Amino acid sequence: MDFTTETGARVALAIRSAAAWLVALILFFPILFMLVTSFKTELQAIAVPSIWIFAPTLDNFTHVQERSDYLLYAKNSLITSVVSTIVGLLIAAPAAYSMAFFPGKRTKQILMWMLSTKMMPAVGALVPVYVIAQSLHLLDTTFALVVVFMLSNLPLMVWMLYSHFKDIPPEILEAARMDGASLLTEFRHVILPLAMGGIASTGLLCLVLAWNEAFWSLNLTAAHAGTLAALIASYSSPEGLFWAKLSAASVLAIAPIVVFGWFSQKQLVQGLTFGAVK
Amino acid sequence: MPFLELKGVEKHFGEVKTIKGVDLAIDRGQFTVFVGPSGCGKSTLLRLIAGLETLTAGGIHLDGRDITRLPSAQRDLAMVFQSYALYPHMTVAENMSFSLRLAKADPAVIRKKVDRAAEILNLGPYLQRLPREMSGGQRQRVAIGRAIVREPKVFLFDEPLSNLDAALRGQTRVEIAKLHRELGATTIYVTHDQVEAMTLADQVVVLRDGAIEQVGSPLSLYDRPANRFVAQFIGTPQMNVVDRAELPPASVAVASAAYVGIRPEDLRLTAPGQGQIVAQVELVEALGAETLVYLHTLRGAQIVLRQNARTTLVAGDSVGVDVELGHLHWFDESGKLIAAAH
Repeated sequence: MDFTTETGARVALAIRSAAAWLVALILFFPILFMLVTSFKTELQAIAVPSIWIFAPTLDNFTHVQERSDYLLYAKNSLITSVVSTIVGLLIAAPAAYSMAFFPGKRTKQILMWMLSTKMMPAVGALVPVYVIAQSLHLLDTTFALVVVFMLSNLPLMVWMLYSHFKDIPPEILEAARMDGASLLTEFRHVILPLAMGGIASTGLLCLVLAWNEAFWSLNLTAAHAGTLAALIASYSSPEGLFWAKLSAASVLAIAPIVVFGWFSQKQLVQGLTFGAVK
Repeated sequence: MPFLELKGVEKHFGEVKTIKGVDLAIDRGQFTVFVGPSGCGKSTLLRLIAGLETLTAGGIHLDGRDITRLPSAQRDLAMVFQSYALYPHMTVAENMSFSLRLAKADPAVIRKKVDRAAEILNLGPYLQRLPREMSGGQRQRVAIGRAIVREPKVFLFDEPLSNLDAALRGQTRVEIAKLHRELGATTIYVTHDQVEAMTLADQVVVLRDGAIEQVGSPLSLYDRPANRFVAQFIGTPQMNVVDRAELPPASVAVASAAYVGIRPEDLRLTAPGQGQIVAQVELVEALGAETLVYLHTLRGAQIVLRQNARTTLVAGDSVGVDVELGHLHWFDESGKLIAAAH
């Protein structure tokens, strides 16, 4: 087919759009299926083939709140992800600043080393972290989760902030220094406004990662400090899966972050594709 | 006592000695230009004065105060960067007032100083614009305005015109000269363009490989260059430096000279067979007001001749060249000037 004519171009566009919709639908389908299932009864949920037309019920959601205190888990998720992100940014920003604007001979190696810590499977550090948490009486506390989430996201934060700071021409900082700016004023009046987009996308990404974190919250918490990830896991039981209730719990678990992500998708995409076009 | 004094200033980056012991004195109100080829260390020297790099050795004194170890912010200097380095998120007025706002100056005073700078630089209508909404020339003026409002002890310019096109460069050069006359501020200006150096400077500092080759007024450098490097760096087209054997023995007045330097305007075309040098035309550049004739001599040297009159000569023509014997420069084997006939 000739794609150079106007009709050809329109057909090509239609094909591309259809393909994009197909991919989007495939990616979205499990979430849609989960959402639909959460409104079914347990019997409807296990029916094969799946039922798509039924009288929706809210029983599963009531059950989730009654059996396990949803609000407590939601509160824990909120606290651990928000606090770990803020503390992480406070530590990562100065590190990224010094590496971006005052690089030493080994800055590149240090950055690579930091990233390499992300390559280690988390389970490799499970026993030491568990023992440390136990001996400090930090098991089943949000504090322990905040520290672990923050540390595991730190390399990513430093990397992302580093690459965003790198985009700021150093002469601008020198000009600020000549204008009489101290390190703090330079950071507040020049770097912060110029790197705001980058800092926001870094924060958002780490917030989502901490929210989704399941491994550490399952292993370090029980009834008090469990996050929503732990809540979902508690619905898979040896007697079998209660699909409808599990779906309802999952919907409740992802709802806040999905809504949040919807409103901040521009920043998130910017953060995920950082350095992609340069 | 000089206003700004550099004593034995050295800067090493690892093993590389970028600045190798510079001594320099600059008087109050003087316009000093650092000039030299790329990589000669002129920008590094300026950044050392600005406090953006730390000295390896030596000291800097400004107005009787030792500023060697002071941070940039406390040196009371203002710098105009090659890339302008404006704050992209601030308007023109905010850019210019940033230093005063940091110093917590009275808002009324700030407004007065910004308005005055905007008036001097014709930026009045643009005060509320962002840098990205302005042309290169306007941004350059904002960068200068940012320096003016500070009323610093010394203005530092780091190749401020090299990002502008030729026409704007000439125009801005004139504006900077006027500005210096009006404000009378001590200024240090870095450029690789010797025309800027000649037209702007009270004092030119020629640098090569991190060391000063010569310091002097523009015309003294032109008339009495200390060595072959300065002789050929100052002036376009550059000075012809040829072996003494190119000239008839009778005209070689300085016995120990190895080379003779002749400015292109000190050569005259004559009929073939006349004049001290026999040469052949290689290329003629007719620039309108002046004509450059590129020649090679019988002995193989390349020389350039400049004259105001136009010519009908073409490549390959044989000519005679008359040398203005009263304007010659004599250099020894090492390239040092022995004598200049001025």
